[in-house]
Amino acid sequence: MSAPTTDTATPVTPNESIDAAGVRKKMLENYPAKTRRKREKQIIVNEKQLDADGAKVLPVIAANTRTAPGIITQRGCCYAGCKGVILGPTRDIVNITHGPVGCGYYSWLTRRNQTHAPTDEHDNFITYCFTTDMEEENIIFGGEKKLSQAIQEAYDLFHPKAIAVFSTCPVGLIGDDVHQVALSMKEKLGINIFGFSCEGYKGVSQSAGHHIANNQIFKHVIGENDKPRGRWAVNLMGEYNIGGDSFLIEDLFRRCGIDLVATFSGNSTYDQFANSHMAKLNCVMCHRSINYVADMIEKKYGVPWIKVNFIGATATAKSLRKIADFFQDDKLSENVERVIGEEYPAVAAAQKKYRPRCTGKKAMLFVGGSRAHHYQELFSELGMETVAAGYEFGHRDDYEGRRVIPSIKVDADSRNIEEMNVQPDPDKFRPEGPEMARKAEQRGYRFHDYDGLMIDMKEQTLIIDDISQYETERLIEAIRPDVFCAGIKEKYAVQKMGVPCKQLHSYDYGGPYAAFQGAVNFYAEIDRMVNARIWSHIPAPWDEISPVKEVSE
Amino acid sequence: MSADCEAAVTPAALEVAATRNACKLCTPLGACVAFAGVEGSRTVLHGSQGCATYIRRYMISHFKEPIDIASSSFAEETTIFGGRDNLLKSLANVTRQYHPAMIGIATTCLAETIGEDPAMHLRGLPDDGLVSAPIVHVSTPSYCGSHADGYVAAVRAMVAQLAERGSPAEHVNLFAPMCSPADLRYLKEIVREFQLPHTLLPDYSETLDGTTWREYHLIPPGGTKVDDIRRTGSARASIEFTHVASASETGAAWLEEACSVPRHRLSPPIGVRKTDELFHTLESITGRCTPAPHAAERGRLLDSLVDGHKYVSGRRAAVVGDEDLVIGLAVFLAELGITPVVCGSGGSSGRLRTAVKSEIPDKAAEIAVCQASDYLEIEEEVRSRRPDLIVGSSKAYGLARKLNVPLIRVGFPIHDRIDGNRTLHFGYRGAQQLFDRIANALIESKQDSSTVGYAYM
Repeated sequence: MSAPTTDTATPVTPNESIDAAGVRKKMLENYPAKTRRKREKQIIVNEKQLDADGAKVLPVIAANTRTAPGIITQRGCCYAGCKGVILGPTRDIVNITHGPVGCGYYSWLTRRNQTHAPTDEHDNFITYCFTTDMEEENIIFGGEKKLSQAIQEAYDLFHPKAIAVFSTCPVGLIGDDVHQVALSMKEKLGINIFGFSCEGYKGVSQSAGHHIANNQIFKHVIGENDKPRGRWAVNLMGEYNIGGDSFLIEDLFRRCGIDLVATFSGNSTYDQFANSHMAKLNCVMCHRSINYVADMIEKKYGVPWIKVNFIGATATAKSLRKIADFFQDDKLSENVERVIGEEYPAVAAAQKKYRPRCTGKKAMLFVGGSRAHHYQELFSELGMETVAAGYEFGHRDDYEGRRVIPSIKVDADSRNIEEMNVQPDPDKFRPEGPEMARKAEQRGYRFHDYDGLMIDMKEQTLIIDDISQYETERLIEAIRPDVFCAGIKEKYAVQKMGVPCKQLHSYDYGGPYAAFQGAVNFYAEIDRMVNARIWSHIPAPWDEISPVKEVSE
Repeated sequence: MSADCEAAVTPAALEVAATRNACKLCTPLGACVAFAGVEGSRTVLHGSQGCATYIRRYMISHFKEPIDIASSSFAEETTIFGGRDNLLKSLANVTRQYHPAMIGIATTCLAETIGEDPAMHLRGLPDDGLVSAPIVHVSTPSYCGSHADGYVAAVRAMVAQLAERGSPAEHVNLFAPMCSPADLRYLKEIVREFQLPHTLLPDYSETLDGTTWREYHLIPPGGTKVDDIRRTGSARASIEFTHVASASETGAAWLEEACSVPRHRLSPPIGVRKTDELFHTLESITGRCTPAPHAAERGRLLDSLVDGHKYVSGRRAAVVGDEDLVIGLAVFLAELGITPVVCGSGGSSGRLRTAVKSEIPDKAAEIAVCQASDYLEIEEEVRSRRPDLIVGSSKAYGLARKLNVPLIRVGFPIHDRIDGNRTLHFGYRGAQQLFDRIANALIESKQDSSTVGYAYM
């Protein structure tokens, strides 16, 4: 079977298997008026209109707004996004959580970002969880002294290249200046030490933490190492190596001859970040968490960025070709085609095996800031339909595409997050980047090309931002999907309803699911879940017959 | 972390400020576990929404059940203007969605740092009758104590805010430390077979270890009824199981003080001797003999200890976890002839060392106790004392892996095995299961490391 060359997305066919408007009404009916008005803007039926030019106009969704108090949300906090998501996967920076014990503990190895240190001699601090474990006297008298001491201890213990300090809720309130402490310890110890003002109450979700993390990494690390890179040098941004995804993508790049400078931040190191401005192209996976850095690198160093997606076999092939297309080098294109050709037979065989077992089944995805979009590729390759989806911490551009960015209203929560004013670096800005980009655009190549989730979803599907636990239950009751994708918080509630729940944060400790081999893994895994024997023993609440009664009578 | 390990502690180590791989969780988590054991209850964490999410995901990864925890979701301006509006809104939203029988409010470090007083906010509840469920609030700043303290504080808050004084009835109150749903189920079974009416608080034996459902429940079924919490004030006695909780700070202490309910303070029933103490207490309260099935269970346990002593006697173990559990398990291991050479906990009651040493006087000199400790300190002790096995939560896995010794998973959190909520620690049955697991782990380790493939061991 030959490699695919066309996009599989087929947006205009209306979805007839659900009554989207009816379900929406049911989800909203029980809320107090004010909460209902808020949620009405976040629970949307995907109905595209055509404008005068025949272009599709997407519905507007409210996103990145604060969750109402008392609504049980999937969302985490700013600290979780900063420490847990962005900096967590980097293996050789010692992370110190400045605060009481819980935040450090809960972010200790809970995300399944993997790392591979080449030898035991290489630093790998991922299994360590440092915290200042603030006690009452630190809250009253300040915790800066304890923080300095903790930094000193981490240094004495490991002599790392860098130490990062993460603020939890009380830190900002009691006036501890983590940046000043970091600076003075940096001067004292002679290694890079930097702080993050990522107190949990900032912003509306972990998304704020991603932004804060990105700003500081950009400010303190990127651009520190000017080692020249290969002719096809790229960064992979917004790929966090959950379940080993990055390993598979790294392998593809290696076989294609693509020089991967840095991944932000799966399987990454400090030195990779420091050198990342020397790449020629930035490839963005998770648009939500990392587009800030891609924008800033472009402005300061002249490296253009494109959107890629390595979830799904077709998307993977497309993304590799897109990278090759940027470089306009026959050798690279040849390498890419060879690698796709090597990988594709296994994918085709797996699709042939699993597609008949899964086809026609319904999926729902409520996860992340890109996964709810990317994973629809894999389901569609299995012949499964995504009938409802939404992000936990996405913004409007993740739903409606980047074209809406100028029209996004900045509210108080977003205003509190620093927007860095970035200018071209007088020494390090490389004009050949924009020059290459200009030429590429002339031949129709698109940069900053994220069109969002809605355009790829069928008509009359449901798009729900920041779905609550209560709404999740109503939605499942109404639509009865064959698989629900979310995280561990949702997993067991969903399964009580007789529906398998695939965790797309931790992959249920499976994976990898990226690239071609990952797609094969995912097909097998979804087949294992939706066709598992156990569901025949667990009638769902909506099933008519009661085996319990039959047994007891 | 102020190191409090004896033996082999350098003066420098005594001044360690950072906690390196913590051996405790934060205070509000314990309150969430306690509130989850009340029928129809919903919990609201007063503070930042991330706390509710972190604690939910952590409890769920252990219990593998639906667990919902709401938050008053502070924004940046809430930290300036106070959390009253957010708290009241969260109560209204929780009520409209879930119609709870009780709402538990626990504070987070954010709310505590800005001096929030939920009791005062509650006086501003609108008079529209919407939020009619009884509300219990507890102060659980995560910068004071650990999850074990938050659990005790929430239990005390529930009786202090709900219990009603009355003429003594027939029932007893049971207060267990944070343990597994299986422990609670078994405790109820024992007391039931003594035909002793009882109220167990909290009782998350069903809410955190439920069945499959024929119909969907907004709130998992099971738990201590709110009316039963009210009646704790008229119980004939309270039995509390703890070594370390402050004698004046527990729920049973409050009932003794305010409602004159006599209190029996027992060790958690872990191992033979401590379970015997429970049965003796129940015999004296009820005037009945230990029911035959339990006596038989004890007999089979002792018989198996005889059968298996050759595998365990003289071995060495490290025990890590919550203080009450560590003390109980150390005593049980000593009963088996296993020396608990390292006993470590992140708990900071200050009573761990005294309790371990006084409970195991003949081996006291061989035991290093790390109290208010973390995994890196414990690791130093473990490395120098070379135990044959580690008994602890999933968080001890890294240590067991480094040392290449078996880990017997107990306590909380267990997120790399499937049976965290069914792990039994209490009573003769729990001792039996622990003993079997320990002996089998030692046998397996010997078998696997042998160059000969022995199938008889």
